[in-house]
Amino acid sequence: MLTYARWKYFVILVVLMLSAVYALPNVFPQDPSVQVTANRGSQVDDALRARVTDMLAKAGVTPKTVEIDNGNLLVRLNDPDQQVKANDTLRAALGSDYVVALNLASTVPAWLEKIGARPMYLGLDLQGGVHFLMQVDQKAALDKRLDATAEDVRVVLRDAKVRYESVERRANNTIVATLTSAAEVEKARQAIGRGQPNLVLDAEGNTLSVQISEAELQRMAVEAIEQNVGTLRNRINALGVSEPIIQRQGSDRIVVQLPGVQDTAQAKRILGATATLEYRGVVENVNPIDAVATGNVPPEGRIYYRKQLGPDGKRIPIILNKRVIASGDQLVGATSMMDPQTGTPGVSIRLNGVGGQRMFDYTTEHVGKPMAVVYIERIPEVRTVDGKEVRSTRVNEEVISVATINGVFGKEFQTTGLESPKEAADLALLLRSGSLAAPMDFVEERIVGPSLGRENIQRGLTAVLYSLAFAMVFFLFYYRVFGLITCLALGLNLLMLVAVMSIFGATMTLPGLAGIALTVGMSVDANVLINERIREELRLGLPPQTAIAEGYTRASGTIADANVTAILAGVALFAFGTGPIKGFAVSLIVGIVTSMYTAVSVSRAIATLIYGGRRKIKTIWI
Amino acid sequence: MKPFNIFPYDSNINFIRLRWISLSIAMLMLVVAIGAMVFKGFNFALDFTGGTVAELRFEKPVDVDDVRQRLEQAGYDNAQVQTFGSGNDLLIRLQPKENAAPAGEGAEAGAAINQVASDIQSALAFPDNPGRVLRNEFVGPQVGKDLATNGIWALIFVIVGFLIYISFRFERKFAIAAVLATLHDVLVVAGWFALTGHEFDLIVLAGVLSVMGYSINDTIVVFDRVRENFRSMRGTPEEILNKSVNQTLSRTVITSFVAFLTVLALYLYGGGSLQGMAESQMIGIVIGTLSSIFIACPLLTIGFLKVTKQDLMPKAKDEAALARRP
Repeated sequence: MLTYARWKYFVILVVLMLSAVYALPNVFPQDPSVQVTANRGSQVDDALRARVTDMLAKAGVTPKTVEIDNGNLLVRLNDPDQQVKANDTLRAALGSDYVVALNLASTVPAWLEKIGARPMYLGLDLQGGVHFLMQVDQKAALDKRLDATAEDVRVVLRDAKVRYESVERRANNTIVATLTSAAEVEKARQAIGRGQPNLVLDAEGNTLSVQISEAELQRMAVEAIEQNVGTLRNRINALGVSEPIIQRQGSDRIVVQLPGVQDTAQAKRILGATATLEYRGVVENVNPIDAVATGNVPPEGRIYYRKQLGPDGKRIPIILNKRVIASGDQLVGATSMMDPQTGTPGVSIRLNGVGGQRMFDYTTEHVGKPMAVVYIERIPEVRTVDGKEVRSTRVNEEVISVATINGVFGKEFQTTGLESPKEAADLALLLRSGSLAAPMDFVEERIVGPSLGRENIQRGLTAVLYSLAFAMVFFLFYYRVFGLITCLALGLNLLMLVAVMSIFGATMTLPGLAGIALTVGMSVDANVLINERIREELRLGLPPQTAIAEGYTRASGTIADANVTAILAGVALFAFGTGPIKGFAVSLIVGIVTSMYTAVSVSRAIATLIYGGRRKIKTIWI
Repeated sequence: MKPFNIFPYDSNINFIRLRWISLSIAMLMLVVAIGAMVFKGFNFALDFTGGTVAELRFEKPVDVDDVRQRLEQAGYDNAQVQTFGSGNDLLIRLQPKENAAPAGEGAEAGAAINQVASDIQSALAFPDNPGRVLRNEFVGPQVGKDLATNGIWALIFVIVGFLIYISFRFERKFAIAAVLATLHDVLVVAGWFALTGHEFDLIVLAGVLSVMGYSINDTIVVFDRVRENFRSMRGTPEEILNKSVNQTLSRTVITSFVAFLTVLALYLYGGGSLQGMAESQMIGIVIGTLSSIFIACPLLTIGFLKVTKQDLMPKAKDEAALARRP
């Protein structure tokens, strides 16, 4: 008998409605827009709105709306060309007080957003933008840490009045302290162990070797990459990109995707900047020019050069203490400002507790003495040596300012003497976003223009529509009434697929669209299995209604087996794939699951609706 | 009303009798495919080799030879340049230079990107025909190595998954036969790409791996019927296998036909970046269909894979019968 429980119809209706509602947001186009966010000290208010409207009118741009949304000013525009023009106008006019960024604003009605219905995210290949894969240089992070540890050991020994001959780094990540006598070794061991319990100490004769434990090294590597992710996030926030993706990948890589960004040079400069600051004391008792000439540098000092050139056009040397007072990673905040006393641009800085304490200790002892700020930048470069390209990294260390310590200060102070307000603003931005724990390099870069993105959507959608049309026409032609049922099931399958992917917040990519087209191809299999089985039962002489019921029941097992194996392949693609493959796998998996439901359950409901009931049916159109 | 159909229902083709011929052809295809992969190798795209690809759009059609020459002057002898679309669009591929630094030393790669991008831009600055970069990709070679490894892991995962699931739902012999047929399909599709030298990129890899999903799906449907018939029909295993293939033949052909149509739509309308994937799918569907008929079932009659009725009778009955014995 051909019957179908009433509650199952109810379920289908609910599924249909939910699918329609949650797939709906994808229909609303996004407005190209420009978003204005306030920097520290500025405000987004009606006055700004009036100003922006005025500026746009002057530039000949007619915005759709200018609205204040979540504390940001959102200028919606009619087309991407206007968007670019508005962006350029506003960026130039608003200067460093505001961050101006390109954005795509949703036009989804508020009631849909309230129930959590959002459109799918579009992958970079569909909306344009940049993708970077960056590799963290863990070796450099380790080097940095070892140097710091060696310096710490020196300080601890000095403070504990342990007499030592040398403290030096060895190749195998060990720091060896040579002490004056074996008796001192025990004192040293206690002094170091008290301060840093996670160091492995090993005494031999009058030397003490200090090693960082394996667990500590592991932790450092993880911390380095996490700090870098955090730093990148801050830097990208400063770029004002909406919906950026910053993800850790594997043990030493970070993926950054910035949808809508086209100015890759700026993006790269901000992301890749490995600049940091160090505050160091100046060694005064030696004339730096003589030291350079004789090579006679005091043991605690190192020669640096100033950024400004001397009157003779040569760089001015300066000897700074090897010990870092505070460094970029202890920095909490930095803002650019105009120094009221000198009228020169400067940066106002705030340190964290540790940095502040060290600064306090140092300045207490050194009032009236000079302190230097070293700006350290890492610049990758390519040279040609013997016809071969040699690539290396140049570390550029420049003393950007030497200032006399005017009084004791701790956490908050100012650095002045920068060249231009722009330089101050740039430096403040880099300082504010913190420093990288380890240098990073670009190993992959992908830029997709917005017009290519639009073309890709168009192509993908066309392909999906045609694949659906091909399948539907064939079914209508071949199975007639059951072809119609199959078409309805396929249509609902597509709707469900879009709804489920939207709810999950999946990212739609071009291969994802291909996955949808392929799902259409795969999901017809279930329908074909059912329809062929019904025909087979009919040929065996079963009455039509029984044949339909039998056909659905007997095909279900086969469908389940066949689809589970296909899902398995999809899961493998998802687990081992990256980027575009993942997008493809997601739509494939979701598509197979929804097609199982629509082919088995929904099409059966429709068939029952048409052929069910008590009346006797002689023939069916299949 | 008589059902409309274009495929024969009461076909009774003796596929099993053809098994030595069909298996020989399958082996031959496999040997050619593997041979092509070993001796010719793949035309790996940027995703795997590392390098740079740029898509540019000019206002007027550009002369490819001129572009190639300009790139050569910039030091890129092995540049691949092709036009597509209206001839205003240009696709340029630059493989990394031979003496490029080994991967991992990322600082150098970072410098390389800037270098290549600016090289392309300066080499192709036609004064009267400004171009715009639509897409620009750089991939370090190390990344490609990871992808290849991941692809192999995915393959292993899928094979083990299939073996476990099919052994559990059917029988070990079926699992082995199905996996062999599926592997054959994947290798032949991959071999096609090696043989033709068509570009093999990440999306094609996804296409090739998803051929597994399609191929196994097709095979399982036939095996499902084999299992059903073994339980309900009398006859030699060969007769039952033959009957099963014939019974599912129209379904197999229709499904493949429709699936082929949808992928054809992808090939025709999906644009350049999806063509490779669609190509792998089209071949995969054809091979997958043939393999479920001509390879998977014949394998079940050979050697240690030879199935018998006992293999498929529900096991519970035997145990129940054994339990009843004194």
